[in-house]
Formats: sequence, structure tokens, C-alpha cells
Amino acid sequence: MSPEPWHGRLPSAFMAPGGSSFADFLALLEGPRPASPHMPAEALSDVPHATTIVAFTFAGGMVMAGDRRATMGNIIAQRDIEKVFPADEHSVVGIAGAAGIAVELVRLFQVELEHYEKIEGVPLSLDGKANRLAALLRGNLGFAMQGLAVVPVFGGYDLAEGKGRLFSYDVTGGRYEEREHHAVGSGSMFARGSLKKLYRAGMNEADALSTAIEVLYDAADDDSATGGPDLTRRIFPVIAVVDSDGVRVIAESAVEGVVQTVVNARMSQPDGPVAPLPGGGAS
Amino acid sequence: MTVPFYVSPEQIIKDKADYARKGIARGRSVVVLQFDGGILFVAENPSRALHKVSEIYDRIAFAAVGKYNEFENLRVAGVRLADLRGYSYDRRDVTGRSLANAYAQTLGAIFTETAKPYEVEIVVAEVGSTVDDDQLYRLTFDGSVADERGFVAMGGQADDIAAVLADGWRPGLGLEDGLVLAVRALGAGSGTAPSAGQLEVAVLDRSRPRRTFRRIGSDRLAELLGQPDPGPEPPGVPESPDSGA
Repeated sequence: MSPEPWHGRLPSAFMAPGGSSFADFLALLEGPRPASPHMPAEALSDVPHATTIVAFTFAGGMVMAGDRRATMGNIIAQRDIEKVFPADEHSVVGIAGAAGIAVELVRLFQVELEHYEKIEGVPLSLDGKANRLAALLRGNLGFAMQGLAVVPVFGGYDLAEGKGRLFSYDVTGGRYEEREHHAVGSGSMFARGSLKKLYRAGMNEADALSTAIEVLYDAADDDSATGGPDLTRRIFPVIAVVDSDGVRVIAESAVEGVVQTVVNARMSQPDGPVAPLPGGGAS
Repeated sequence: MTVPFYVSPEQIIKDKADYARKGIARGRSVVVLQFDGGILFVAENPSRALHKVSEIYDRIAFAAVGKYNEFENLRVAGVRLADLRGYSYDRRDVTGRSLANAYAQTLGAIFTETAKPYEVEIVVAEVGSTVDDDQLYRLTFDGSVADERGFVAMGGQADDIAAVLADGWRPGLGLEDGLVLAVRALGAGSGTAPSAGQLEVAVLDRSRPRRTFRRIGSDRLAELLGQPDPGPEPPGVPESPDSGA
């Protein structure tokens, strides 16, 4: 639609009382969505897909990290795509799946949260934000059924409970709270396996950052669609930390330092840190 | 068949304007002024929840006097319009000028087309990257727009307040001096200077990235005004920021 199909006075939808959802307001203006166009199966591999995101809690809150690769079938579509975004001042969202739809979904979600905060004068609760994302995701069900699925992971610092929390989703808009850690995307199987062995409840921020890099390294090691740290082009994973002070996207120079340490350690131990055996035997 | 009385269009417009002016004059006042670090909003408003000053977008804020339900309606419409534009185009494409235009059209249409005009006066302020880029639009109940410089006073005793501001305001005023001046001006309007607990204060802070709107809480306010913190307001008759308070 053209964004402003009116002249002069604002239409009545703008002045209608109640309604603090931007997405609902947009639907009211645009009318029912057209049915999603049919997409032949062979065309699906021509659509860029975003790959691996990991998220877990640590002592001060939660951390989310994503690799930088987008793929179209066996082609690398982009080397430096960003898939982890601040959703508002105390939450972050990461996306895997059809990149174009996913980035648009994140944009709508960001406006949705800010819109609510401005209309109501207070931000949504963390559960409220997680539920809104589920509702927006459900709006994409038509595309998802054709293979253009988007799978987000959402997390933030819950100011009411004083801790970091995270939520996973399925393509139908199902919302599930994760207790400690989660990963989505093509490399998520390897990421989850790695995360299970490396995760420690209550670890500090420095350990959380190096764990995030280790896990993404392991995912890239075994999944061709996940990009490892690109030392020659200096393209590193995006890491966002959320604590009681809000969201911080870690500066590239700081990430580079962590990446260097991890890569140096892998020079002598290519498979990364070794988990201790139950009997304490040597590896 | 009865013949309707003839009332001249001039008389209808005059009656509506008088009605709106009287409604606005009953309410408490708001001062908006430019200071060196941005734009300052000071409202006489004992309510902590029903705001007269609000954020619209990254660099745009809204201040109003008059009937609460009517200016709240306009505020919500403004947030919807700004968010829609920012989402359809880009965040940088949301301007105070386009918002002021939409408000002017809407207020003008309400004034001419409906029997009861809105009893409101509003300011749309946009903080620029320098003082010269700041914009202050004052909109009245009939849809008139004025592009103001320096300061705006609205509400019951706007003329008395504006006289104090005209005397004391100068370019490059600091936040603290601007705040003291605004409170002194509001005092000249109502007879006694309002205490920190009776004020709603916010700024558009030029130096902030992205969302520049910040409310100034009562602790910080008392500190800036050099008054001891009055503590929570004693419970009493709930006051609304509506006119007639």
C-alpha cells in the first residue's frame, strides 16, 4: 500500500481510542493481507537464509550471539549479515530462516515495542514482549507453510524478576521459555551439543563471551551454512549482552580479542575445550 | 414547517472560538523553551500518570493544555502517524513539520465541521542537531499554526507567563537557568511558584543518540531547582490535569 493514502485530516483510525499495538493499527489501515503467492519448491533455494543464533543466561543477565553468514542453497549470499538485534532497551531478538522476511519481522517487532511504550507510558513486561513476538510470527504462517519459515529466539533482562530470561519459538507462533540456553538455525544441532558441555550456570560476562564464540565456532565447524570468524576480512560474530543496565552490543574490537584467544587455543586443540570425564580420567 | 433562525457564519465561528478559548483558559499552563542542550518542557501538573508532555518520536515531543481526553486523542494519533512514517520510510523521514501539518489539518477540520471544537492548544517540538535547527510549532484549537522561536507559553495565564519569559529568556540558556525561569514564569501566572511536586518536566536532549526524550524525575528536579525533595504528595482529592483544576 502507499503509506499515506489520505489528504488533510487524519483518518478516524488514527483517532480511535484504545489500541496500543502498532501491528494491529497497521492491519486496520491495510485491510486483510493478500494471500501469500505460491512459491515453487525449486525457487526456495534462491532466497537468502540466515543461519545460527545462540542464546544463554549468565550471572548478570543473558547473552545472544549470531554468525554473519546468509546462504542461498550452496551459495554464500552475504558474509556480513547481522541477525542479532536490540528489540528495545532491555531485550534482544535473533533470527534464523528466510532473511528478508525475518529482518522485516524484527523491524515490525521493534516498532511494536516502542509504540506500546509511548502510547501507554510504560514498557511491556518481558512476557508481554515475548507474546507479541509470537503473535507477529503467527502472521507469517502462510509463508512458513511454503517453506519461507522464520525462527526467532528472544531474550532479555526481566526487571521485575531481576534476571535474564530467554524464549524460543516455532513457525506456528508457539512460544516456549528456555531455562538456560538455546540455539536456532541450520547449525543449531552442533551449537546445542557444544553449549551443553560448555554452559555453566552463573558464569561471568567474560566467560559468557568466550563461550558464545566457542559455540559458534563449533557450529561453523560442522555446518557449511554457518560462517566461522573471518580473520582475514575481520568479520566477527555479533554478540549482544543484556543486563540490568540494558542492551549492549559488544564492540567489534572486544569481540576480535575474544575470537583471537579462541582461535589461538584451537591451533593446538582443534576441537576446542575438552569436557572432564566423570571418573576424572585423562582424555 | 418552521423557518430556522438565521445565524451568520461569522457569529458561528466567533461563538466556537470563544467557547474553545474559555475552556483552555480554565486550565493550568505549560511552558516550552529552548536551552543550549535541547528543548525544555515544564508543565503545572500534579498528576504523575496523566501527562501533559509526551514523547512522539526520536527527536519530537508533544505538549498540550486544555481538555485531557481531547489532547490525549491527538497525542495518540501523533504517535501512530510518526511510527507509521518511520516504519514505511525511515526514522530520519519523520519530521516535526509533517506532524504539525497533520495536526493543523485535523484541528481545522474539527473546528469547522463539528459543533464542538477541541478545547486544546498544543506544541510540537523537534530538537535539531544545532540550536538553529530546533523547531517549535504552536497549534491552536482552530488549526492555526505558528512557527515559534525561543519559548512558548500556553494555558490559562499565557500572557502573564509569556511576559516573564520574554524578559528573562536569552539564546544559549543552560538547563538549570531555563528551568528556574520557566518555574518563575509559571509562578507569575498562578500567583505562587509551583513546587517540584507539582511540576511535570521533560527535555529533548540534543546530545542523546536516537530517542532524545527524557523525563526529569522529582529528585533530580528538586536538585536543579535547589529545593529540598518534598517527598510524596499527601493523599487527598485526586487531581487531574484536565481544565478546571
